[in-house]
Amino acid sequence: MNLAAVLGHPLVAQAPVTQPENNLGAGETALFWILAPLIVLAALGLLFARKAVHAAMMLAAVMIGLAVIYAVQDAQFLFAAQIVVYTGAVMMLFLFVLMLVGVDSSDSLVETIKGQRFWAVIGFAGALLFGIGMVTGFMGGRFGVEKLEFLPPTGLDQVNQQVGGNPKGVARILFSDYVVAFELTGALLITAALGAMVLTHRERLVPRVTQKVLAQRRVLANRHVAGLPAPGVFARHNSVDTPALLPDGTPSELSVNRVLRARGQELPANARVDAVEEISAEIEGAAPKGGDVGDRTERGVTGTQGPDDERVDGTNAPVEQPQEGRTR
Amino acid sequence: MSDFSNDNGWIILLKAVFVFVFLVLNVLIGIWAERRIIGRMQNRPGPNRAGPFGILQSLADGVKLALKEDLIPKGADKLVYVLAPLISVIPAFLSYAVLPLGPQVRIPFTDIVTPLQLTDMPVAVLYILAVTSIGVYGIVLAGWASGSTYPLLGGVRSTAQVISYELAMGMSLVSVFIVAGSMSTSEIVAGQQSLWWGITLFPAFVIYVIAMVGETNRLPFDLPEAEGELVGGFHTEYSSLKFALFFLAEYVNMFTVAGLATTLFLGGWRAPWPLSAIGDGVLNTGWWPLLWFTIKIWLFFFLFVWLRGSLPRLRYDQFMRFGWKVLIPAALAWIVAVAVLQGVQQFTDVTRQQVLIALAVLAAVFLAMVLFWPKPKEEPAQAPGPQGEFDPFAGGHPVPPLPGQTLPVSRRTRERVPVTAGAALPGGEPVGTESPPESGAGSGGRSERRSEGEVHGG
Repeated sequence: MNLAAVLGHPLVAQAPVTQPENNLGAGETALFWILAPLIVLAALGLLFARKAVHAAMMLAAVMIGLAVIYAVQDAQFLFAAQIVVYTGAVMMLFLFVLMLVGVDSSDSLVETIKGQRFWAVIGFAGALLFGIGMVTGFMGGRFGVEKLEFLPPTGLDQVNQQVGGNPKGVARILFSDYVVAFELTGALLITAALGAMVLTHRERLVPRVTQKVLAQRRVLANRHVAGLPAPGVFARHNSVDTPALLPDGTPSELSVNRVLRARGQELPANARVDAVEEISAEIEGAAPKGGDVGDRTERGVTGTQGPDDERVDGTNAPVEQPQEGRTR
Repeated sequence: MSDFSNDNGWIILLKAVFVFVFLVLNVLIGIWAERRIIGRMQNRPGPNRAGPFGILQSLADGVKLALKEDLIPKGADKLVYVLAPLISVIPAFLSYAVLPLGPQVRIPFTDIVTPLQLTDMPVAVLYILAVTSIGVYGIVLAGWASGSTYPLLGGVRSTAQVISYELAMGMSLVSVFIVAGSMSTSEIVAGQQSLWWGITLFPAFVIYVIAMVGETNRLPFDLPEAEGELVGGFHTEYSSLKFALFFLAEYVNMFTVAGLATTLFLGGWRAPWPLSAIGDGVLNTGWWPLLWFTIKIWLFFFLFVWLRGSLPRLRYDQFMRFGWKVLIPAALAWIVAVAVLQGVQQFTDVTRQQVLIALAVLAAVFLAMVLFWPKPKEEPAQAPGPQGEFDPFAGGHPVPPLPGQTLPVSRRTRERVPVTAGAALPGGEPVGTESPPESGAGSGGRSERRSEGEVHGG
């Protein structure tokens, strides 16, 4: 039995590159010897990378490397399709990693199957021996491993010329000899997509409230037609827990997020400014009182009240804002 | 395909350098032009200090960017963080290798005649799609490697955006392949000698133009770097030259998609109609076509700037809905239509005229049906379903209400009822001291749960 047939042709097509007496171009040979080690390195990286995202990137590198080898071998359509398909696929893998594994979690090194590493090493060594035996023939027929006979490479040049271009040749084969397999694969993929949609589908209990409906409701109710006031408007601090000040200077409860309100976490309108002033007063300590007063009059406070006086905002704001409104 | 048999190593190198310089110059002028145009649209002068009309502004900005401090955040994945800008910028330049900037030209001061195109292949357009899809990795990896929340969100958005808009983009190109019978750029340009595909395949052209804006992360589709939501998106943590590379990649990508649109839909380097008739097509030979090509890509560039100046950014769900529910079905329907038309022409004896007449009749019938179809009777508002009391533990499990059943009023809403009733009286107090916590439908941002709660509660 011919092992080359069992292995499938990609290996057979690539392996002759090692024999320079074949009719391969020097460029092709050189490129193979540059790319092949890189691909092998990337494949090893895929196996040994700790972070799942790194592994995904290594996979992308392997796929792009293979694509370039296809391009060098005149299989241009396969080259483009390989990159388009696998970059998209690896992108999905990337998303799955982010969503299922987490952003930066590394692989856990706990052995879940006992002795798996030992058996993996044994198995890999066996496979390697098998492969080297087939290429070099040093096993001489023991265990059924014989040296492979490689056909001389013919390349795709002739075929591509005959059918008028590589994409046309691929299309002709795909839609004549392999049309059933092609369509079945398509059906399988569509079934998978449909299955995913069925699994994630959920019936709505109530109709979706869209932005449009919300706007209509607001106008119908004629309350807060332009939306609720934003926090911090006209107040002396703009953090989300600081209520906006109404024209009469009273804080507007509506402007603070209802979750903060429910938790009782909204602050009085000037709490933050007051806290800063309190601390700076503490730091300055023995500093002359006059400087403090001057500092505060700059901000429009009359300067008669203490820094921790709650009434600062209540009395101050209404005096100031109507004035501003008039000047405008 | 064009004849590249005269090209040796030096000519290829020369062409590669030419393409690089062409792109970088376009980008330098492009950044300045964009700022000037958008300034004009917003009633302000734009940069006008460095050089005449401020044309050296982007050069100055480039120098400034290069001299800035290069930061690498502590939480970043260093290797990927450094690689990401390169992954983003290199493919941006690679795409132009297969775009024909002109026909056969004679290199000045020599006798060498060669096509004004670095190379071509039978799958050139697919190659461009492949290369641009690698470029997006730069954005996604930058977002991930920064080790920070906003860049990550930008990167993930970019992934979703590319997956959904590249589909529409690729499918809009398929109809060009079908009609041109080739995926090689020079053959596609050659096929547009009499009529541009942008006219005969107008729907595909429109879909491509929309998808190309999505593909280059430009307003109104610039969600990966939405500065109002994500600080800077994927490039938040980047500074100095690395940021400059992203910047460069974005603008080169704009010129790439513009070049592709020109090549596939606007006749490539061919002169537009009245000019092409002058002197037996003398304007379609020599170095002239480079001018037409440049003008065409700059028209697209102006479109990009115009869009940026006039449209607000889409919300993320609107963006996705538009991509999946409008663009992709439209592109699919158009492919089927073009394929059927082409198939009928190739495999039967029906002439194009007959096909078009048949299509017109079909369209008229369809229109008549839409116009004169009797309206269905109004159905009762409440769908028939199990009525009666809602049992939240029917069968011993917590279950949602069936259609027709209503959720009971929640405890929190019940507690709030007296307040709401007091303040929500029609013509009540003006908004002020004693505001109800649950009033109106709230601003758009506050979610549907709130208003549903209100409906059931009230």
